[in-house]
Amino acid sequence: MLIRHAPDLTDNDVTDHGLYLKRRTLMAGLAGLGLAGAASEARAGLAYTKGFSTTEKPTSKDDITTYNNFYEFGVDKSDPSQKSGRFKPRPWTVRIDGACEAPRTVAIEDLIGKNRLEERIYRMRCVEGWSMVIPWIGFPLKDLLATVKPTSKAKFVAFETVMRPSEMPGQSWNTLEWPYREGLRIDEAMHPLTLMAVGLYGDVLPNQNGAPLRLVVPWKYGFKGAKSIVRISLVEKMPATSWNKLAAREYGFYSNVNPAVDHPRWSQATERRIGEFRRRETLPFNGYGEWVADLYKGMDLRANF
Amino acid sequence: MNQPTKRRKRPSKLRDNLVYAVVWLACFAPLVWLAWKGFNGALGANPIEALIRQLGVWGLRLLLVGLAITPAARIFKQPRLIRFRRTVGLFAFSYILLHLLSYVGVDLFFDWNQLWKDILKRPFITLGMLAFVLLIPLAVTSTNGWILRMGRAAWSRLHRLIYVIVPLGVIHYYLLVKADHRPPIVYGAILAVLLGWRIWAARSARLRL
Repeated sequence: MLIRHAPDLTDNDVTDHGLYLKRRTLMAGLAGLGLAGAASEARAGLAYTKGFSTTEKPTSKDDITTYNNFYEFGVDKSDPSQKSGRFKPRPWTVRIDGACEAPRTVAIEDLIGKNRLEERIYRMRCVEGWSMVIPWIGFPLKDLLATVKPTSKAKFVAFETVMRPSEMPGQSWNTLEWPYREGLRIDEAMHPLTLMAVGLYGDVLPNQNGAPLRLVVPWKYGFKGAKSIVRISLVEKMPATSWNKLAAREYGFYSNVNPAVDHPRWSQATERRIGEFRRRETLPFNGYGEWVADLYKGMDLRANF
Repeated sequence: MNQPTKRRKRPSKLRDNLVYAVVWLACFAPLVWLAWKGFNGALGANPIEALIRQLGVWGLRLLLVGLAITPAARIFKQPRLIRFRRTVGLFAFSYILLHLLSYVGVDLFFDWNQLWKDILKRPFITLGMLAFVLLIPLAVTSTNGWILRMGRAAWSRLHRLIYVIVPLGVIHYYLLVKADHRPPIVYGAILAVLLGWRIWAARSARLRL
């Protein structure tokens, strides 16, 4: 599947731009104006080409790197940026194993050096009802999986993330079961939109965004994007995932963005784009339905939420 | 009669006003701090959510402070502390009113249809709204005029609603938390101590009779 054109899906600008700016200024003072400058702030950290991207305006780098859910560093949005200084994303290796012919352990330098890196500007919709537009740098997960030659028994992919309580203060408390685990069905993992990100805004991934290697699945809620991955296993059975283990009724295995299926405690019909004042409509599959809806043909998305 | 001693014990009008000003400023400070942060862009990337959350948390904190005044007055034998209950209570109401207004006006942007759906479908909003509605008569009847009009006994009975309202507020907070329930549990524990003291005090008063 080749995806050439950039989609222009959600320009749900109900509010007049001047009015929005005025409100934003009222709410957040001059911080809102920082949005304008940040987009061009690409540093020469990584060599990459432009890939499949939305034409929507990226969220400011400042917001993307200070407003994070990364419970390994603490549950507040500001904890990951403030408490990840001790975390060492180098040296780093990733084990790829399970139902494959050539399991291997690969160093992060090789992943960055031997894959063709692309910038992919994706929408990110958090299960909490807010969203961002993030310029990731990475490579398709399918390219990495191809190198280990999955066998026919590989029905799912399980992601295991790092366990380092001495560097990750949030891990000393069992808010979630550590290490954080996520999973995808094999066809989701092999989908060309599914990205392994190693960079952000032209530079290597900051610690708070999941350094040195994280998963990005743009049509799913953000928590599916496991951060600081140490192991990727091809497995036959649907793997256990951290949020699902904590509250199975609230966080399903699929967790596709779906405005029609509410979280038991709040509505998923709308979202607040960070930097905007008014809520906007949430789109099925986060606006990526054209490319991914086929994966779920015939499935009851209410039951398989 | 020991007049001079007695006169020395009664605090001066000036000192009384100063203490009152300190309490008032302490209650007002979080709002000033929040407004300052808001205007300086220090509420983070999602200022609307931060504002709503902080207003709610300060409302709950002040409700707990209000509930702590009676036990403190008795334990430390400072009956004059009681006069601050009204100040603290009305400030708590104000924070909660602003909490609600910012949710309805800023977050939902006066989408009444969505508000109604939230109240019906989301237990944490149902309980929060119920707690707010129950607070209204307490705020309205907080004046001396109302105490006289209702009579002490009836007024006290009405204001016992606070023993329902604050637990509702804590549950409201607990239900909206995603994973780390420690903060609402801490507030719940403080509430349990404050209510537990009342049960204990009422029992020992009955035993003395």
